[in-house]
Amino acid sequence: MALNLLHDKGCPLDRQRFTWKELIQPPISKLDDDAFTRIRVILMNGIEMEAIRFSHSCARMNYDLQLPLAKVRRVEQHQASMVNNLLGADHSTLETTIGYEQVAIEVTAVVAQNEPDEYLAQLYRFGMLEDFDHLYRYTALLDRLEGKDANNILQSYTDIVPGRPTSVEHRAPEDDLRAHYNRTQAAFISKLHALTILASEQQTHNFYMNVGPLYADPVARQLYAEIASIEEQHITQYESMIDPNETWLEKWLLHEANEVYNYYGCVQQESDSHVKAIWERCLDYELGHLELASELFKKYERRDPAEVLPAELPEPISYASQREFVRKVLSQEVDLRARGTQIVDKSQEGRESQEYREHMNSSGSPSEIVAAGYQWSPGAELVR
Amino acid sequence: MEKSTVVGLNRTGIDMSPIDIKEMLALSNATPASSSGDESSLADMRKEYIAEAEVVGSVPPPGTLKGAASTAMQKLTGKNPEAFIDKLGCRLAFERTGVRLYDALIAKCSALGNGSAGIPLDTLWNFRNQELQHFKLVESAMRSIGADPTAQTPSADVNGMASMGLIQVLTDPRTSVAQCLEAILIAELADNDAWQMLILFAEKMGMDEMARDFGVALSEEDIHLMHIRQWYQRMVFEDASVGS
Repeated sequence: MALNLLHDKGCPLDRQRFTWKELIQPPISKLDDDAFTRIRVILMNGIEMEAIRFSHSCARMNYDLQLPLAKVRRVEQHQASMVNNLLGADHSTLETTIGYEQVAIEVTAVVAQNEPDEYLAQLYRFGMLEDFDHLYRYTALLDRLEGKDANNILQSYTDIVPGRPTSVEHRAPEDDLRAHYNRTQAAFISKLHALTILASEQQTHNFYMNVGPLYADPVARQLYAEIASIEEQHITQYESMIDPNETWLEKWLLHEANEVYNYYGCVQQESDSHVKAIWERCLDYELGHLELASELFKKYERRDPAEVLPAELPEPISYASQREFVRKVLSQEVDLRARGTQIVDKSQEGRESQEYREHMNSSGSPSEIVAAGYQWSPGAELVR
Repeated sequence: MEKSTVVGLNRTGIDMSPIDIKEMLALSNATPASSSGDESSLADMRKEYIAEAEVVGSVPPPGTLKGAASTAMQKLTGKNPEAFIDKLGCRLAFERTGVRLYDALIAKCSALGNGSAGIPLDTLWNFRNQELQHFKLVESAMRSIGADPTAQTPSADVNGMASMGLIQVLTDPRTSVAQCLEAILIAELADNDAWQMLILFAEKMGMDEMARDFGVALSEEDIHLMHIRQWYQRMVFEDASVGS
């Protein structure tokens, strides 16, 4: 059944309640669940964490919105706990990391293909090729540190070969900012894409920053530090794509709409019935949040939410292997670099980025060291 | 008895994706590594850090020589008490964690509808309480030589790192009794060996009475090990319908 963003009211906020037991439910099976179930769990945790982060920023700048934001944020907090705890403890931190990179590749690849604005689409392809390389580096680390095969997590949906080498992804800040879409002209789906990928990259950055120190091995610590630095660049890229002229309430409305959009896609495609029930509940709750934000939008901005939201949701993100698209982008765009807000051939890269990178890599490149001579094989490289 | 192993839709292997894996492998084989070398590059970086590394931490010096401690301390004169204290601290910490491992195993077995999978709960409780007594035994031994049993020694710290996975296995609601017994077996094997070494260590330090007390603990640990090993093997074999 198609949703109507302007009329479907979902579960009222005052009826959105949890018990601690509901927050901690049986996790998915690392071994038996489809990899796309894990992808959805990781992505939706990222979407919820972005909701919380945005809500706090908004509260700090808008006194009148502090109470309704706090009420909605309480629910988002518990939704995030419920979703993130679907990951079982048999995932080592590195195995979860492989899952995070699979999210970054598969979801960004779909977004890049669905994005109607060619400039924004190019930026998604650009970022995706960098995350694609991270998967290769972390695969080498998982193999050479824990003696495990990353394909146990990837389930053959995603290729494991070098992308744009991580060692050349380090750029000067001047080359990380992009031109933003125009809030009055951009397609609704463009706004949802930007928020979705921003949320995913931000949670990946936070995760790598938190788990890096869990490793005893300095090789792992260096690799997490290096790739976390790229994720930070990605956040800079993706947040700069969003129009800073959107009002706080407009941004809130878009965040809630994006949560509805993503949960709707999860409900449509989930293969695990237990997880699907969680997506359905969250979708119902998010519609309630959207309804509240819409009312506040009318009250404080005296504008019709229909100025920002269409009635119908765009086509959901497709959860399926994007192998062919990723390979095509890899073959055509691996040598691209960023210069200012533009994506250019590597021959045109600016001096600032080159100098910055040369210095960062001057005591050795963790991503090159960890993957020295590495070619993935089923069952890990010792099988070769 | 519960069945630990079931056939199902395990998706981790390549046989579950015969078409995808052909494409994946073809690309991987055709794509060279982005940098030359092999896994020795990781060893090189590790060596660099090892050369610059400091120790995990230190052993606290024995406290002031007072009361019972003074007699015992005299026996340590001319020896290196910190190495002994380090290992005592390690045993103390391991036994304390051992209590918690058994707590988790008892909860797992108690939760089974068919009555703890044939493992007598009272025996598990007995083992659990003996781990607690061993903890207290080492605590008392440390006090007798003026060492602080509340301090975490370096060996205790590193041993804690090694035991982290065992705790995860024992407390995961999804793990079977057999999987938990395997984790406890790892703990008991290490524990048994450590007690043997600690007894020898105490004798070499001139702590004969302490060594005798530790010998009682080892004899109890021998029984733990024997039972855990038997229960584990029986469960694995019964699961495979090959009998125990």
